Amino acid sequence: MNGAAETIKTTYREAVRQGLHDALRRDQRVFLMGEDVGHYGGCYAVSKGFIQEFGPERIRDTPLSELAFTGIGIGAAMGGMRPIVEIMTVNFSLLALDQIMNNAATLLHMSGGLFNVPLVIRMATGAGRQLAAQHAHSLEGWYAHIPGIKVLTPATLEDARGMLWTALEDPDPVLIFENQTLYPLEGELPVTAGPVEIDHAQVMRGGSDVSIITYSASLYKALAAAESLAAEGISAEVIDLRTLRPLDDDTIMASVAKTRRALVVDEGWRSGGISAEISARIMEQAFYELDAPVERICSVEVPMPYARHMELAALPQAEAIVAAVKRMVPTHG
Amino acid sequence: MKKKPPQPTTDQEHWIRLLRQMLLIRRFEEKCAELYSATKIRGFLHLYIGEEAVSVGVMAALTPVDAVVATYREHGQALARGVSPGALMAEMYGKQEGCCRGRGGSMHIFDAATRFYGGNAIVGGSIPLAVGLALADKMQGRQRVSCCFFGDGAVAEGAFHESMNIASLWKLPVLFVCENNLYAMGSALRYTQAVTDLAAKGAGYAVQSEAVDGMDVLAVESAARKAVDSVRGGNGPCFLECRTYRFRAHSMFDAELYRTKEEVEEWKKRDPILQLSASLRAQEALADADFEQMESEVAREVDDAIAFAEAGTWEPVDDLTRFVYSERRTG
Repeated sequence: MNGAAETIKTTYREAVRQGLHDALRRDQRVFLMGEDVGHYGGCYAVSKGFIQEFGPERIRDTPLSELAFTGIGIGAAMGGMRPIVEIMTVNFSLLALDQIMNNAATLLHMSGGLFNVPLVIRMATGAGRQLAAQHAHSLEGWYAHIPGIKVLTPATLEDARGMLWTALEDPDPVLIFENQTLYPLEGELPVTAGPVEIDHAQVMRGGSDVSIITYSASLYKALAAAESLAAEGISAEVIDLRTLRPLDDDTIMASVAKTRRALVVDEGWRSGGISAEISARIMEQAFYELDAPVERICSVEVPMPYARHMELAALPQAEAIVAAVKRMVPTHG
Repeated sequence: MKKKPPQPTTDQEHWIRLLRQMLLIRRFEEKCAELYSATKIRGFLHLYIGEEAVSVGVMAALTPVDAVVATYREHGQALARGVSPGALMAEMYGKQEGCCRGRGGSMHIFDAATRFYGGNAIVGGSIPLAVGLALADKMQGRQRVSCCFFGDGAVAEGAFHESMNIASLWKLPVLFVCENNLYAMGSALRYTQAVTDLAAKGAGYAVQSEAVDGMDVLAVESAARKAVDSVRGGNGPCFLECRTYRFRAHSMFDAELYRTKEEVEEWKKRDPILQLSASLRAQEALADADFEQMESEVAREVDDAIAFAEAGTWEPVDDLTRFVYSERRTG
């Protein structure tokens, strides 16, 4: 990217909105479908005003029928459209899990390659807004278990803006998880911002002592931790995975080969989570590069509590990342 | 000298074609059962025998541009739609010449040429796909019908109710066809539905609904034509409940403890093939010799399908992970 490119101050919410707006203008086959995307303007206001601009056919309010409207998105995709299905919150996506797993992820293979499903499903994920145990989990790692779909977790404004179009161009189902705490995030975005590739992780901060591997909202906690570690003379590299399926092993292993230590930070639960997968891959592919066991900071294994102090305690925090890195990296002389 | 039989009318010629289709399904599936016992076909095998009039009658009302979404008991639906018997049999053999290269098997038959969108083994799970196909047609201004088949068991699933509501709300061109064979696997309708008149459920969604004798192919076709005309005319979805009966067990592992032999025998008296052939004979549109000739043609067609499957080849294991993702980069 041209470093001199003109930028504007904007938010993650606005970047998601721009990506949607761009897609709806680029391709008449694209339409947005979900609960309250139209007249309400989107639960997170990302589609505010769209129904006036694009009409109710393309900004399609659905009944509270996650299973059916996700399946309808699959059918419409096979019928030549490019649907964007919005599921309000990741916990609600469990009502549509049958369609995602048994149809979207499976039809191409079951049909011996006859029918692909060019569908995009967006959903809000993650905790941090005191929404308790049915609105605030991080299940993107679960979804990353399923062959046949791709799982994107935009953390930056560039990715919030640019991943959607690339996902729409993909011939297969793509799930995009937007951490709900990120919507108000402010930052600079080039005025020329557009589609981004979705195949690679990105090194967000270079370092030499430890690789902190993370994604989505935890990226900012990792960057904050790296900043305070730097003040103590520890150089942490921070990797934004961006895409959880397929994982970019090359970027992870190249970083670990350099730093010789890896810490995975994941807002999902520890047992059987994506952090376990990443840790296993490092063991399989870079065991002899390691100077210390891989460590993980994950959410505590409880349903997400409501009370603020309890919710904060349940989630990975920058302080815990700093403490873990200090355990892993020998004290500097 | 024998009186020369009258030439069949256009209608009678059409009915003879329907009879032949039902007979093909029947004989094809009887062979499937034998091939299952011979371990040529494995996995689950759900036979449609007894229910042939439903798919043959409904498919007669559809055109090639329409889409079909099927159940896991879909050999009859596939054959009636025009899927090649050879490709279907090879699929059940697990051969790469099968319509899905052996990836799907009996419960997952797909065919692009006939717009046959599967064979789905999650009861009710395929209904939203038909609604989505219909939505794509409506948004792209095409006058096509999406027809989904499902059983009485699926009527208890949320997918059915959510789909009926949305299809009606958005006036989508969907034909919902319920094959009510009275049993959700082994659970009788009276043990699974508070209201056993399934067609009555359409009213709750303002969906035009009709119940029809699913053992009478002509009645099914007539009701389906009326429904398809209405759907294609832009009047929103229709719901057709076809009251039918499966003569064979649910699958090859079913001891049939949940129904009596007398009940099965009673329904067999209404065999759709016997009924139509008797009617055509009574009309002197079908002589015994004609029927025998039809039997031998159908037998040859089934034998050809089996020979095709036998001659098929196994997909190389190196190809195992193909078709998880598309091989072309953009969709």
